[in-house]
Amino acid sequence: MQSGKKIRVLIAKPGLDSHDRGAKIVARALRDAGMEVIYTGLRQTPEQIVETALQEDVDVIGLSILSGAHLALFPRIMELLRQKGLTDVLVFAGGIIPEEDIPELKKIGIKEVFGPGTPTEMIIKYVLENMQKRT
Amino acid sequence: MSKIDEIINGVLAGNRRKIAKAITIAESSPEEAKNLIASIYPHTGKAQIIGLTGPGGAGKSTLIEKMVREYRRRGKTVGVIAVDPTSPFTGGAFLGDRIRMQELSTDEGVFIRSMATRNNPGGIAKATKDAVKILDAAGKDVIIVETVGAGQSEVEIIKVAQTIIVIHAPGLGDEIQAIKAGIMEIADIFVVNKADRENADKAVMDIQAMLQLDNKEKPWTPPIIKTVALTGEGVPKLIEKIEEHWQFLKKELLHKRSLEKAEAELIEAIKEKVTSSIIEKLKREKRFEKVLQQIVEREIDPASAAEKLLNQELE
Ligand SMILES: Nc1nc2c(ncn2[C@@H]2O[C@H](COP(=O)(O)OP(=O)(O)O)[C@@H](O)[C@H]2O)c(=O)[nH]1
Ligand SMILES: [Mg+2]
Repeated sequence: MQSGKKIRVLIAKPGLDSHDRGAKIVARALRDAGMEVIYTGLRQTPEQIVETALQEDVDVIGLSILSGAHLALFPRIMELLRQKGLTDVLVFAGGIIPEEDIPELKKIGIKEVFGPGTPTEMIIKYVLENMQKRT
Repeated sequence: MSKIDEIINGVLAGNRRKIAKAITIAESSPEEAKNLIASIYPHTGKAQIIGLTGPGGAGKSTLIEKMVREYRRRGKTVGVIAVDPTSPFTGGAFLGDRIRMQELSTDEGVFIRSMATRNNPGGIAKATKDAVKILDAAGKDVIIVETVGAGQSEVEIIKVAQTIIVIHAPGLGDEIQAIKAGIMEIADIFVVNKADRENADKAVMDIQAMLQLDNKEKPWTPPIIKTVALTGEGVPKLIEKIEEHWQFLKKELLHKRSLEKAEAELIEAIKEKVTSSIIEKLKREKRFEKVLQQIVEREIDPASAAEKLLNQELE
């Protein structure tokens, strides 16, 4: 990263989850690691998430989901990102996602999936390493 | 076409992706930003720029959401820049203003950007000014800048605005002190938000009391507007006041311009009058001819001759 550029991350919650404790913990951890974290709250539609990523010019999107609707919502998000030309954004996911769904998610372009209870240090390390690789 | 030219053309065409990229450049690459701003500058100056500042939790972001809706109803396109502090310890920032503006994200006529102060007060003021110019060049009719009204740096940021709104709300404890220190003087309009709460009138009275301390004669007296940002109550009235202030500024400017024009014309007229009357008098007294002769014979240079004649004349 060049000196003036900060890593900008969007932490988004698609779907109808009723709380966002986990997402906020990740958001705060990434902030404490020196990143600029845009947080948009609960109940985001795929359209809202992708538009926000575009306007905020983020480098990374973290999708947090508990409701089980990931197979319905994530493909739409990835499709919209492609349509808008945001193909260079690193997308990872977290929350409650069954092991057997992970291959399908990786196939549509989600780079990593973190299960519940993943230490935040691991997520920070993952983001920093991937951002390093870019430059 | 180079990458930067693509971005410039994109901004001027209102392309959202390119607007976003341009703001990133303004934030992180000062050298590139200079060229970018120079190129778009001729296309700026059309937007109405509004600054909104006040303590955290007063309801700025919630109010902006309602203001944007009102402007959209009136057929205007809107840009929003929400500035939040960078942590001085980690350099990171939590930018949460969009939580209150979720539904605006997908409106094509609205562009929202969160910015962190990046521990560089002068720098963020510059980057914010550039971001305002970018949104202006991109054709947004109204641009609203949100900052936490805490210190001098925020005051600097908000000065990009033509109309500055200082917002307060009951239940924020001693925060009125923060308003006193520095941002009181820059307010064109005061908003007391959370008017649904019982102490709202007390907050209005506090501001009134402070305004009365300042008894300088002013051409514009800042009004105090009560709002409930959650419901939108008071927002149309706020927009009307902003419009009034805008008209006031235009009149001020016109007045200032006509004063300047009158001054130039008056000076010109005096010059002409004084010159011709002095020359006439000198000619009548034959001193003009005499000095002319001396100049021709190189006894004196024209400037010294003029000075000598005028000294005698103006004694
Ligand atoms: N009761 C009440 N709460 C409000 C009002 N406006 C905003 N709030 C709440 O105040 C909190 C802070 O609002 P926010 O817009 O984020 O404030 P900011 O920090 O100034 O941007 C949120 O929980 C809002 O829901 C209002 O008019 N009345
Ligand atoms: Mg806010």
